[in-house]
Amino acid sequence: MAGKTLFDKVWDSHVVEQIENGPSVLYIDRHLVHEVTSPVAFGGLEKRGLKVFRPQNTVATADHNVPTVDQHLPIKDLLSRSQVDKLTQNCNKHGITLYGLNHPYQGIVHVIGPETGLTQPGMTIVCGDSHTATHGAFGSVAFGIGTSEVEMVLATQCIMQPKPKKMRITIDGELKKGVTAKDIILYIISKISASGGTGYFIEYAGSAFRNLTMEGRMTVCNMSIECGSRGGLIAPDEVTFEYLKGKDFAPKGEAWDKAVNYWKTLKTDHDAVFDLELKYDTADIEPMITYGTNPGMGIKITGKVPVGTSLPENEKPSFYKSLSYMGIEEGSAMLGKQVDYVFVGSCTNGRIEDLREFARFIKGKKKADNITAWIVPGSKQVEKQAIEEGIMKVLEDAGFKMRQPGCSACLAMNDDKIPEGKYAVSTTNRNFEGRQGPGARTFLASPITAAAAAITGKITDPRDFL
Amino acid sequence: MPIDKFVTIESSCVPLPMDNVDTDQIIPARFLKATSREGFGDNLFRDWRYDKNNQPKPDFVLNNSTYSGSVLVAGKNFGSGSSREHAAWAIYDYGFKVVVSSFFADIFKNNALNVGLLPVQVSENFLSKLFKAIDENPSVKVKVDLENQLITLLSTGESEKFEINRYKKTCLINGYDDIDYLLSLRDKIEVFENNRMAF
Ligand code: SF4
Repeated sequence: MAGKTLFDKVWDSHVVEQIENGPSVLYIDRHLVHEVTSPVAFGGLEKRGLKVFRPQNTVATADHNVPTVDQHLPIKDLLSRSQVDKLTQNCNKHGITLYGLNHPYQGIVHVIGPETGLTQPGMTIVCGDSHTATHGAFGSVAFGIGTSEVEMVLATQCIMQPKPKKMRITIDGELKKGVTAKDIILYIISKISASGGTGYFIEYAGSAFRNLTMEGRMTVCNMSIECGSRGGLIAPDEVTFEYLKGKDFAPKGEAWDKAVNYWKTLKTDHDAVFDLELKYDTADIEPMITYGTNPGMGIKITGKVPVGTSLPENEKPSFYKSLSYMGIEEGSAMLGKQVDYVFVGSCTNGRIEDLREFARFIKGKKKADNITAWIVPGSKQVEKQAIEEGIMKVLEDAGFKMRQPGCSACLAMNDDKIPEGKYAVSTTNRNFEGRQGPGARTFLASPITAAAAAITGKITDPRDFL
Repeated sequence: MPIDKFVTIESSCVPLPMDNVDTDQIIPARFLKATSREGFGDNLFRDWRYDKNNQPKPDFVLNNSTYSGSVLVAGKNFGSGSSREHAAWAIYDYGFKVVVSSFFADIFKNNALNVGLLPVQVSENFLSKLFKAIDENPSVKVKVDLENQLITLLSTGESEKFEINRYKKTCLINGYDDIDYLLSLRDKIEVFENNRMAF
């Protein structure tokens, strides 16, 4: 019998029942909840007269819809406020731990899971949010679900899912100077397209990933969904254990040793078979930027936007629609393009390491006058650390201000919207039309590419400053 | 929420020949602030459908009375992006019962099935035939028969079989939802929990 992949090991050990020719009933270890995709699920539960089955497996936070200034005041937007209030009521009623506004653990759901140690190897983790994929960095099976499924997990701690196919992406070698985890994943998506991973769960393997920090691995796994894959994962190793050790919810003492022994078994067997194997070379990966309106439309920052004539006939309408929305010419260079906004934050690049890199880059330099910059920490803990480490001070000296934690302009549900027609270099994960505000035009890039734009006012190769 | 039973439909189609229609287009984030499921159809494709002053954009297909029906026909990789089930709610609430595409994003497909909206995945070839037929005659009808997993272009009689797993098919035809089934497994779930390794 062929060996098992890491994904098989975690998935199979959580199957409560397998329906013939149908989905698996999958047990969920951690359910993360936020204010936007949960109210209808709680409502459904109540209509059926049910209580939350395992409140202790569930943790909630308010992130998508919260303001990033004056968080101590009542939320001004009444609809947002009612959603956040509803979450509080639901959590109180059902005995669910809530890290709401002003709680020291509040933050973007995918930032706080790892930093509190709630996210651990070998777990199944779901959340009504597609970037749940982030948690795969720990060797867990983590993916986003819809509201009906949120209700299922609340009611039974299980969901019904067809088992995805398996893909392995292997990249070996040293990363070139100025290339970050964000560039690796933007590179992968540009290669396999925004739909190339659909139907698969991806395992990232090889030294390029092993050499990343946990933060970097999270950035990679986070964007697995941008190629259509439900999630991505990386086998846990010493870097993972080191990161988790001592975290609030990580096992302690004897339980820790037992856990690590188990976690060490979580890797793909040598003779395991994948449905698809892809290999890339670090020599080909450079700082990346997107030019279009899906995350697969990315190029090397020094490259040129493709020309439509090179595309298959059926892809042309979307391509031209995208360029016209972006106000970008086919065949043009991205370097030197004027930018209006720089956004640093989100569950992709709003962790402490991202702020550190940004701060290191801009230290001793000044923000360009034409740039409005929003620096939004991923969580209260990130914010606190940024203050303690002096990052806040570096930012302020260079003319930047840090806001308060939340999803912010990543999806522009609160007031942080990039105005119509304006260009933003953003460390987020989606450049869809209107994602960062109606008419907003987004270029996705790494924190240091964002930093380079923030100090020059235009798209700039960060390596010019390294 | 229990879902409506899916019965065979014959309907004209609304064409949206664009690839990669993402859930932010289907329902922009700023319309996700509700705490109940009602009314999302009004904001379906909001920014393609209305201009800044909330006036309908005449060139968008939902504002073109030539096209109507309960079948939305879209380009490949439909529903990519966010996991918001609101996207499926909006499409269903607007009045569509079926979305046809050559390729659906996984989460969208699950969400659609969970609300009773049938995603019908067809070949690129069949999809372009559909677009062409609708282009030539906007009132051309398709028949979607879930029982036999067949979609038929009624003008020519051409049909194609589509895939759906047997479990989900039964749910849609009978109006069952997964929660009823999962609730019936609670004892089994508890046994599973008791047998697990814990740290
Ligand atoms: S930061 Fe953006 S992508 Fe991440 S959870 Fe929030 S809205 Fe979703």
